[in-house]
Amino acid sequence: MSGTTTAPAAGANDSRATGPAPAGGPAGPFAGTGTMVRFALRRDRVRLPVWLGMLTLTTAASVGSLQSTYPEPADRATVAETFRSPAGIAMSGPERYLDEGYSLGAMTAHQLLGFFALAIGLMAVLTVVRHTRVEEETGRAELVRSGVLGRHAQLAAAMLVAGGAGVLLGALLAGTLASMGADGISAGGAALYGAASAALGLAFAGVAGAAAQVTPFSRGATGLGCAVLGAAYALRAVGDVGPSAFSWLSPIGWAQRAYPFLDDRWWPLLLHLGLAAATAVAAFWLSTRRDLGAGLRPARPGRPEAVARLATPFGLAFRLGRGLTLGFAAGALLFGVMLGSVLADAEQMLEEIEEMAAELALGGASISDIFTSICLTILAVAALAAVVAALTRARAEETGGRAEPLLATALSRTAWIGGQLAFALAGATLVLLAAGLGLGAAGAASVGDAALLPEVALASLAYAPAVWFTGGLTLALYGWLPRATAAAWAIPGYAMGVVFLGEVVDLPRALRELSPLAHVPSVPAESFDAVPLLVLTALAAGLSWLGVLGLRRRDLELP
Amino acid sequence: MKSSSNAIEIADLVKTFGPTRALDGLDLTVRAGEVHGFLGPNGAGKSTTIRVLLGLLRADSGTVRLLGGDPWGEAVALHRRLAYVPGDVELWPNLTGGEAIDLLARLRGGLDPKRRARLLERFELDPAKKGRTYSKGNRQKVALVAALASRAELLLLDEPTAGLDPLMEAVFQELIGEAKENGQTVLLSSHIMAQVEKLCDRVSIVRQGSVVQSGSLDELRHLTRTSVEATTGRPVSGLEELPGVHDVRVTPADDAGADATRVTFSVDGPHLERAVSRLAEFGVRSLLSHPPTLEELMLRHYGDRHNGDGHNGDRRDDDRRDDAPRAAGR
Repeated sequence: MSGTTTAPAAGANDSRATGPAPAGGPAGPFAGTGTMVRFALRRDRVRLPVWLGMLTLTTAASVGSLQSTYPEPADRATVAETFRSPAGIAMSGPERYLDEGYSLGAMTAHQLLGFFALAIGLMAVLTVVRHTRVEEETGRAELVRSGVLGRHAQLAAAMLVAGGAGVLLGALLAGTLASMGADGISAGGAALYGAASAALGLAFAGVAGAAAQVTPFSRGATGLGCAVLGAAYALRAVGDVGPSAFSWLSPIGWAQRAYPFLDDRWWPLLLHLGLAAATAVAAFWLSTRRDLGAGLRPARPGRPEAVARLATPFGLAFRLGRGLTLGFAAGALLFGVMLGSVLADAEQMLEEIEEMAAELALGGASISDIFTSICLTILAVAALAAVVAALTRARAEETGGRAEPLLATALSRTAWIGGQLAFALAGATLVLLAAGLGLGAAGAASVGDAALLPEVALASLAYAPAVWFTGGLTLALYGWLPRATAAAWAIPGYAMGVVFLGEVVDLPRALRELSPLAHVPSVPAESFDAVPLLVLTALAAGLSWLGVLGLRRRDLELP
Repeated sequence: MKSSSNAIEIADLVKTFGPTRALDGLDLTVRAGEVHGFLGPNGAGKSTTIRVLLGLLRADSGTVRLLGGDPWGEAVALHRRLAYVPGDVELWPNLTGGEAIDLLARLRGGLDPKRRARLLERFELDPAKKGRTYSKGNRQKVALVAALASRAELLLLDEPTAGLDPLMEAVFQELIGEAKENGQTVLLSSHIMAQVEKLCDRVSIVRQGSVVQSGSLDELRHLTRTSVEATTGRPVSGLEELPGVHDVRVTPADDAGADATRVTFSVDGPHLERAVSRLAEFGVRSLLSHPPTLEELMLRHYGDRHNGDGHNGDRRDDDRRDDAPRAAGR
């Protein structure tokens, strides 16, 4: 009884690939999908345009910066040689881009595609989870589904909107790049670049749809989606430095190996479409294996009584946050292991291009030290995200009504938030250490030098003060501008942008130093300097104190 | 000396949220050891008052004393002596009900395991289920068990039985009765009239951020109109001229004699005596008076009408336990 097959928005039309209707005509399990798409677009009328605008503008700005920083072929040849290092390739993309003169187009695809793939994937994951699992968790899905709505309509609409946003972004990117009229950026290449971005959006919309079926918690679904995203990035980094088969396991690898502006191969994007279709079908199938609001596993009874440590501020924060933090730590460990395991390949690559070491003024640091330092910086972003995730939970507890009964007991606000702060800082430090251990252990095994393990593990802890500073800033926001708490996510986002693009687009030093990670000495490549770390730690303490002060002064925001 | 006998003293409390004046000069006194009903329509400011008492919100102006202390500045010390049940209980999805009970009670300063077990039994609550699997009523039970398992001096209950079935409602009423016998003070925000009439010593009615009436149920009734229905030997006259008498209706009562007259009217509490003595002049043969039910009291304040043109002329069944709204009046 739903004649709503006329898709209301461009996004819905374009992204038909994510919404395979395996069985079921319009009156079946997909009834009402069109209405749900319109509803989702209405709810996201600010959010999605901001995403699309930001991604398009930062792409255009980055390309413009590449163009002005490296105007001559000779400039680009030099930077190409700089990036012909394991660290450079791990961060950007496969070495093939560096051949044939490194045109502006090749440079754009090489430097930007991998990084923006993470952003596109994140957009898809957040959008899908927001319209599926969050709705179920809050109980709103129950109300909506009591209407004339097919079983799959909500999920289909969420994936259509997320995939559609990816397609629209692809069109925007293709149009923007082509209209820049820059040398080396062909219209065909721009179209392929846009299509690759769109394909990434579709693939991750499907992945997120499947991830949203597994756990009953929206945070869990987001975490799972981001884990897949991180794994995709790590696999392509490993494959680009080491055996390329790994890159072919990753949707980000497929996009990069379309080689826009270079070989202009369209066929790898078929892999994305296949993945999108397969994951979407899997998502629909999984959703029939579970009840509304439940995960795939039935809920099991737990302890009828609490252990003693639960009723302590730290114990409570630990219990509520351990899953997320352990997830981050496991991801960082795994990512570290993957990067560390190619350290031997990195050294081998070094021998092949011996002259490079002389060309670069490295101040005595070995290539493998530089590789390690850059890997640690990338991994530190995960720790920044972990500390923000742990502390923004306080806001969710407050507005979700769970803080209210707690703070009506003899638990003071200071103790309540203090427990969460202590857990967040300790947890994020653990994430750093896990990354360092993974990188160090795998690196040590790879090059056969056991001394690397303690060295890298210790080096990872140099990033702890920057992580604590981020925690302090998040808490200060929460204390004084509680509605803006989510803005703290800009810190890991910005830090990641600086890590990936700061160097190549020649970001001014002042802007680069807005990232807390920019103040950490890149051990082991550089020598250790305690001063900035002490300053960061002191700032972290001051900001935390300020945040607690703010929380103690203000009204709680209760539902 | 006076403050020691009052558990809660609020005077001229103001609390604004942006342009909204949630509490507008609210006064409230709850004596130690009493069960005090806190009534009012949705959005009247009951929950805001309780949250100010808990130090979760900060008063803009006015004085608030809770158990002799300042609820904002001494929140933690005061919270050891009270227990709170919110109207909408939200639990942690991955903690069990039993863990939530222990968490809340231990953070308050501990609980009596025997009492906990007894309460779980009386409320028929399974403590091993995860928070997200509980229904609304069961979430409410978790908070009730956590609050009642401690022997706090003061119980702040914000519509604590919304979502409970009638059987559990009865259990709740028994438990509040026991709490009162143990000398605990209770502030009970509620919409269930039978519950309030049965449990509460005194009642405050709040509307649009201030308390419009406060006192024992008898006092409140006295302040409100009583409906009177009488049969007299002679035709009644001059009743409507008396102060405080409204809605006089005189009809012949042929079944009771030639001149017999049936008269119905309503009268404000303080004027009841004069009205009845006037009636006596015409030879009263039967007299029936209904004090207003709490429900009628409430409807006067819930509705948007002013005090003068009330609806007390309605004839009603004499069943004051009737929970249903006015439709029951025939």
